[in-house]
Amino acid sequence: MMASNTPGPPQLPQPDPFRSGQNPAANQTPVLAFRNVSIAFDGSPVLEDVTFSVAPGETRILLGPAGVGKSVLLKLCNGLLRPEHGSIQLFGEEIASMPENRLLPLRTRIGMVFQEGALFDSLTVRDNVAYQLIQELVPDDEIDTRVREALTFVGLEETFSSYPASLSGGMRRRVAIARAFINHPDMLLYDSPTGGLDPVTSTTIIELIVKERDVHRTPSMLVTHRLQDAFMLCTHEFSTEYNCMIPFPNGVTDPNTTFLMLNEGRLIFDGSLQELIRSENPVVREFLE
Amino acid sequence: MAIISIERTAKQLVLTIQDYSVFAWRAFMNLFTEPRYWSEYLIQSDIIGVGSTAIVLLSGFFTGGVLALQSAATLSQFGATAVTGQFVGITMIRELGPVLTGIMVAGRNASSMASELGSMVVTEQIDAMRALGVDPMRKLVTPRIFACISMLFFLTIVADAFGIIGGGAVTVFLNHQDGTQYFSKAWESLRYPDIIQGLVKPLFSGYIIASVGCFYGLRTTGGTQGVGRSTIQAVVNSSVLIILVDFLLTRVLLAFFPPL
Repeated sequence: MMASNTPGPPQLPQPDPFRSGQNPAANQTPVLAFRNVSIAFDGSPVLEDVTFSVAPGETRILLGPAGVGKSVLLKLCNGLLRPEHGSIQLFGEEIASMPENRLLPLRTRIGMVFQEGALFDSLTVRDNVAYQLIQELVPDDEIDTRVREALTFVGLEETFSSYPASLSGGMRRRVAIARAFINHPDMLLYDSPTGGLDPVTSTTIIELIVKERDVHRTPSMLVTHRLQDAFMLCTHEFSTEYNCMIPFPNGVTDPNTTFLMLNEGRLIFDGSLQELIRSENPVVREFLE
Repeated sequence: MAIISIERTAKQLVLTIQDYSVFAWRAFMNLFTEPRYWSEYLIQSDIIGVGSTAIVLLSGFFTGGVLALQSAATLSQFGATAVTGQFVGITMIRELGPVLTGIMVAGRNASSMASELGSMVVTEQIDAMRALGVDPMRKLVTPRIFACISMLFFLTIVADAFGIIGGGAVTVFLNHQDGTQYFSKAWESLRYPDIIQGLVKPLFSGYIIASVGCFYGLRTTGGTQGVGRSTIQAVVNSSVLIILVDFLLTRVLLAFFPPL
């Protein structure tokens, strides 16, 4: 399950005219679209006039220093927070002013991985991963089978009956990923999935995300402030032949993985890895360097 | 500066009352629409009802005992120690049983609800629940409210019974009076309006305990320190509300069932 190499400092790939710089998903009807979205807490603006979209099969990596509103933006994506202004279209439905009881069924189509996992302390790993299936009254035998499949996907089949308190930080994060994946969601949201983890565990988590991206082509939004993780996502693919993550040939990047960058509540960059590297924006340059 | 501070506090108070009213109404109305989480209701009934039995039983027993001790000393001055049973029985059933049980259960369960839900808020478990398509109001709040109402009803009966038994024990073993007289007086003096008064109050107290506990738990902010703050607010506000509502209810019920 481990990646073939351990990440070092980010290696900026050279542009490849055949695979890089063009997003084939960009012209399709978006799964998620923000239009001029703003939100403030206690009068102080957190996000201002944010506009972007996520196309089918696209992975968008949201970069930015800590405290610029990345997690807030992610919680706006599935209606956990409501914007003060602007429009948010999710699967073609306007969710900015949608009542909570209509949002709940819509959220079951989205898998979300929280910053610290957000596993339910009082439930076993099995019940955590199967939480949504239990609510849908799926038979116990089917639940057990699907939970084992999901835990095998994240390499944690032995934790089936354990409680979250007995797991390490990285294992909790992987269980959270299994919980997000189990119902084959139509979209995935990752909130700093590698934050606070050691490099080896981070690589394992990134490998799982690359695997989900390349095997199921699920559109996703990933929030991170770790450049090496973002670059690894862009420069690696999952090989079903070797059952592990392998790097693209030199200079090649995943065309469906693109970047957004937030600074002081505003979106200051939206584009591919090559455009990010070539960006003249001083904040982007400072962040990259 | 002082006026601005008063204005801010007043606005916050009004806002909190408004938020609580909406919260309590939503939690109550959820019982009449799907989905309902009966297994959660049973789990909470066990935690609140069975878990609180010991403290309710002990506090009821000793309150009845102390009532018998105090009343016997006063009643003996008028040669009326024979009515100790009547005094203890009516006081326990009409007033002290429901109020004491409410306050004991508030201390144990409003605090536990506020801290449990507060911890879930700060560790994003509530957000995770919403992200998984489950309404925390239905899953966590409504079952707690109805478990607390139904269990407080039975716990009050337990407190009343053990209060009368405690009074009887003091009457027989410490005051050396006739136990048969004590219990027969306690029984004879009881009327249905007394019992109705005593059993209407826990329905309101149960609603207050769970709704206040969950309300402060779910609006926790500020990490673990915030959880502590929510717990204190839940216990203090639910206890004060129980006594306030008890006063209002007594006033209303006495108008419906005037004393003989």
